Amino acid sequence: MSALFSLTMLAETLRIATPYACAAVGGIWAERSGVIQIGLEGVLLVSAFSSVAVAALSGSAALGLLAGVASGALYSLLHGVLVERGRVHAVISGIALNLLAYAGTRLSLRGLFDSASNSPSIAGFRFGPTGSGGAALLARFLADPVTLVAIAAAALTPVVLARTRFGLRLRAAGENPVAAASVGIDVPRVRLAALLVSGAVCALGGVHLAFDQHRFESGMSNGRGFMALAAVVVSGWRAGRAVAACVIFGALEALQIVLQEEASRGVGAELIQLLPYVATLGVLGFAAGRSAAPEGLGKQAEA
Amino acid sequence: MARPELAATWTRSWLPAALALAGIVLLLDLISVAFGVAPLATLRAAVAGSWGTPYGVGQVLFKATPLIFTGLSFEVAFRAGLFNIGAEGQLALASLAAGWVGARLPPGTPWIVAIPVCFAAATATGALAALIPALMRARLGVHEIISTIMLNRIVDGVVPFALVTLLGASSLRTADLIPGASLPKLERAVPALAGSAASVAFPLAVMAAFGVHAWLRRTRAGREMRWTGQNAEACRAEGIDVPRRLVQAMLLSGALAGLAMSATVLGYKGYYELGLGTGAGFTGIAVALLGRGHPLGIVLGAILFGTLQQAGLAINAHVPKEAMDVLTAVAIVLVALANRAERGVKRAAAPIAPPNASPTAPTAPTAPTQAAPEAVT
Repeated sequence: MSALFSLTMLAETLRIATPYACAAVGGIWAERSGVIQIGLEGVLLVSAFSSVAVAALSGSAALGLLAGVASGALYSLLHGVLVERGRVHAVISGIALNLLAYAGTRLSLRGLFDSASNSPSIAGFRFGPTGSGGAALLARFLADPVTLVAIAAAALTPVVLARTRFGLRLRAAGENPVAAASVGIDVPRVRLAALLVSGAVCALGGVHLAFDQHRFESGMSNGRGFMALAAVVVSGWRAGRAVAACVIFGALEALQIVLQEEASRGVGAELIQLLPYVATLGVLGFAAGRSAAPEGLGKQAEA
Repeated sequence: MARPELAATWTRSWLPAALALAGIVLLLDLISVAFGVAPLATLRAAVAGSWGTPYGVGQVLFKATPLIFTGLSFEVAFRAGLFNIGAEGQLALASLAAGWVGARLPPGTPWIVAIPVCFAAATATGALAALIPALMRARLGVHEIISTIMLNRIVDGVVPFALVTLLGASSLRTADLIPGASLPKLERAVPALAGSAASVAFPLAVMAAFGVHAWLRRTRAGREMRWTGQNAEACRAEGIDVPRRLVQAMLLSGALAGLAMSATVLGYKGYYELGLGTGAGFTGIAVALLGRGHPLGIVLGAILFGTLQQAGLAINAHVPKEAMDVLTAVAIVLVALANRAERGVKRAAAPIAPPNASPTAPTAPTAPTQAAPEAVT
């Protein structure tokens, strides 16, 4: 029982929650501007792959982080261009970009590292104390540059959305694109900017995931982008609540790891993994009726 | 539908396909160059491995068969203004059901009983899997995109659990089908296809495509479903039971997805194994976009993507077969772009925000995002 309330558990929870939280905050940037973004999964994969590829080829984790964030931002921007300029339906574009990211990173693995499943291992960042105690784990998590940037991004998101001119325009584009356009806001442009930020924030999650594993594995995002999307919806499109939901997902997953270590792998192990998805469906069912989705989500400025 | 309209539909239809094809060939060339292979050699291998031999043609038809069903599945929901992106999960559960039922029937069951029973199990399971998002959408207003994504993930976990724990399979597959439950191969009618995996399932799928479209056009339920997709508000005002039509569209969509891989289980594999049909649901979306509301379009779209899959195996010696998955994803984008560009900005994008005004129906009049040939623009 003590294993459940330890520093180790806390550090594990936060470590696991970080990619979810980054993707969720990224999702909020996109969706608050009115663009449906189910392609977070693809952004995670692309950024994880580019960060590892650049870190492996250059030997610099910092360059890897930059490459990961830049590629994620550009991939997300591509979604924006397809939706806002090419007028592809956002759901279609999101699905296609998820497929493309999965297949593209696999193809690139074959091309760059001649492997079907994973990249060679990379060092990543090494800061903070060594050791496997709970306090050391927590200190390492908090000293990690990727984590720090991610925390800053998550903390700044509500402030920028609520208090800046850009945030106001973004929300206007998301709530009522026609009205926003009528007062001179270039809605597609605002949305492209929002997607650029969205991709960069989400990419922090991809980089964290890859650096945490010290390598890229085919399909390593493993549905985290979809879970993040669920967190966005459950949170009512609010960053703080979405991060909280992601920490709960992280705690569930950490709990599962602890439980599996303590008991032998039980019959229902696969079913325990489904808990977050079932819980999300349940919450959606109850929360429906008073949904807080941006009014203009999926709508264009010109009809 | 008048003749000139039909001709116009035809000229409009080949444009996205041509663009997709050109894009695919160009990209394949680029990938070949990146892998240090002569582009022409890759192309030649791709064509020779798919349309080059009667066997290759049979394999293309075999790979196209499930895509016809998933394309239809997406389209039916789409016509009603719904996004069923849960075909992946629905077809996994349904083909598991078909494989299980087909193996558990008494060994002497004649085909005239066994095959319909298996297909019934598949359609029922697919529809049942779609019932959850259908009811959540129609009664609670939960958007089907989120719920079907969640259900896909849930099915990913439930299928191995069902195989191992509930059905007691020792490996991650069902037992072999009884002999009566397998579909005859096409080679029995067309000897040239000898050795290929194409079965009677292909003509059945083509018939399903035409049947479903006739049903959408000619029955009251089908018409009301399409109207719901075009303008739910107006339908409600006219007294159409919108939630009921939404649920029906979703159930039909799930049932069709259920048939997709069951056709492969009964027609080729002889059992269901974990992971069978992964990706067919998503490729079906591209097929539906290419098909543009026309049954022949769906069949041709499925054949195009079936060709890509078969060609992927053929080029594996030159370029990794993952290249074909990249091409499929790019083709989806190109087709969607072509569809959009050509219709221009006349039509508003379908609002698919989670319905928050009324718990029983979509928030706003939902314009169909896909042009039905006879749709009022």
